[in-house]
Amino acid sequence: MSTAVRTKTMTLIQAITDGLGTMLAERKEVVLMGEDIGKNGGVFRATDGLQEKYGEERVMDTPLSEAGFVGAGIGMAVNGFLPVIEIQFLGFIYPAYEQIMTHATRLRMRTMGHYTVPMVIRAPYGAGVRAPEIHCDSTEAIFTHMPGIKVVCPSSPYDAKGLLIAAIEDPDPVLFLEPMRTYRSAREEVPEGKYTIEIGKGKKRLEGEDVTVISWGAMMPIALKAAEDMKAEGVQCEVIDLRTLFPIDRDIIAESVQKTGRTVIVHEAHATGGIGNDVLAIINDTSFLYQKAPAERVTGFDAPVPYFGFEDHYLPNEKRIKHAIRKVMMF
Amino acid sequence: MDNQFPIQQIMDLNGIIVSPEYKEKITADLAKKFYRQLVRIRMFDRKAISLQRQGRIGTYAPYEGQEASQVGSALALHSSDWMFPTYREHGAAFVFGHSLRNILLFWNGRNEGCIPPDGKKIFPPGIPIATQIPHAAGAALAEKMKGTKNAAIAYFGDGATSEGDFHEGLNFASVCKAPVVFFNQNNQYAISVPIEKQMNSKTIAQKAIAYDIPGIRIDGNDVFAVYFETLKALDRARSGEGPTLIEAVTWRYGAHTTADDPAKYRDQEASKKRRMETDPILRLERWLKNEGLYDEDWVRNIETDATAEIEEAIVEMEAFPPADPADIFDHVFAEPTWQIREQKEEYLRLIGGVTT
Repeated sequence: MSTAVRTKTMTLIQAITDGLGTMLAERKEVVLMGEDIGKNGGVFRATDGLQEKYGEERVMDTPLSEAGFVGAGIGMAVNGFLPVIEIQFLGFIYPAYEQIMTHATRLRMRTMGHYTVPMVIRAPYGAGVRAPEIHCDSTEAIFTHMPGIKVVCPSSPYDAKGLLIAAIEDPDPVLFLEPMRTYRSAREEVPEGKYTIEIGKGKKRLEGEDVTVISWGAMMPIALKAAEDMKAEGVQCEVIDLRTLFPIDRDIIAESVQKTGRTVIVHEAHATGGIGNDVLAIINDTSFLYQKAPAERVTGFDAPVPYFGFEDHYLPNEKRIKHAIRKVMMF
Repeated sequence: MDNQFPIQQIMDLNGIIVSPEYKEKITADLAKKFYRQLVRIRMFDRKAISLQRQGRIGTYAPYEGQEASQVGSALALHSSDWMFPTYREHGAAFVFGHSLRNILLFWNGRNEGCIPPDGKKIFPPGIPIATQIPHAAGAALAEKMKGTKNAAIAYFGDGATSEGDFHEGLNFASVCKAPVVFFNQNNQYAISVPIEKQMNSKTIAQKAIAYDIPGIRIDGNDVFAVYFETLKALDRARSGEGPTLIEAVTWRYGAHTTADDPAKYRDQEASKKRRMETDPILRLERWLKNEGLYDEDWVRNIETDATAEIEEAIVEMEAFPPADPADIFDHVFAEPTWQIREQKEEYLRLIGGVTT
């Protein structure tokens, strides 16, 4: 008798659909809400077939009103449901900022745990897919700055499903960022049924001794490619995938940086106020005396995410990452 | 538009019932119950202003003048319904069963004040304007999905109807036929901005047309009109017909909060005149007198009881243990993250442990 878990080859978006379907079947309190998520299955087809299977009440097409349906989701979460809300693109979440900042993240605190908001907000983010304006934002730091919400950002199909299920089961609000650039670019074996990955834990993607490269989400394949390329120059990079942006896995950063003494942080969000700075603070607090070179950040520029005609210049690429790796090696 | 949405009354300014179909329904017991609550919440409001002036609570939002809207609507609710108040509806919350001590704690800067008594579904007061409207829509939809007959009531002022969340909440609720009553208290001023500058619409009730839901405009100082129209809207909600927008036209005599002076932005003579003519308590008194039910000893007893109840709550509020700094950290997440855990430990160590 085999006890092996059955797996299936999936893309990241298929793993998300599978995770949503798993939880709709598992917990009757789970409801999906969002624009065009019903018959259309969402603009990226993340909810494909789910309305047909679970009905219009549990897979709900909402009016075009991010503040309205995030607010209604808060009311439903407080009243016994587990809403999983889809925002079509992270750049469209801003009308709901007030609901998230002033209510979703604070109700537990305001009522000392009497009312809580076990809600997930899913949002595809990032540039690199030739999408129109505002469809390419990477403003995760706005949300990591808010006390009371966790921010998760998987980079692989396996992690996407496990983290999504963990987010749905989390007793507090979770912003679940999906790298749209890698929705369909890679496949991986994903277990069938339910499994979770702990929120707040990073993952070592590549073992190395010389430089720690820290990234997440849509930047992971580029960071990994740059790290692989550097082997030809005799530099062994260790690549860390943070997977959760709040709370960040401090231990995995400290352990790696204390080994290598050199760090390159890669994110596509703007540099100022970006999460790279939080990583720097962790390195400062945990590993100051281990450092052999000042840590480098390779990030999007402090300019609005440009029209896609310019996005190849805006986005961190292998060239910039390798340049930063050489810089910390040569310091 | 104001012709299409006339202000409906059951009782006129002289305390005469002008809608004969309610004559049977308005019993002495009902009227006396209303009167008791009106007096109870007015006395609390006046006391709270005095506490603020003495520095015994923080900034306070008074509601004197709006008591009929709050009492009539709160008494129309079932005890298992949801209430989504703003910072000016603690009168309604009190009538619905909130703890007076906790209401005072809220105004004295304590989270404990947001916790309703066991079994009471009262949301913490909405502070950002209109944001509680989508919450009520969602909580009501949840009741519908659970198959209960519970409904929700969301309170908001005239200025709130200019906010996007008002539109988004009403639109959402109307689309999914959520069992919710949107109860507007049109006191005709935001802080200082009069309704003419807030909206071009002549009424708030007419905004219901856009959502194809009933819009009812009532005299918010006529406790009977408020009570019976809210009951009707709640019945509609419970029977699956969806939301209703009620505009209760009223007036606050005083300031927006104890931090502003209304004389700066309006002629307070109008407030005095309104008090003589339309005051919700005086009007019910006129009705009680017309019916031969007004009894000075009975009124004195109500006042004595209310004073005792309020004084007791103040004593409890002031005897409440001081704020425990650990509470800053303990209710951010179900389990604190490492940042919060360490910040708490470091701070408590620095101040030498918990101060309580």
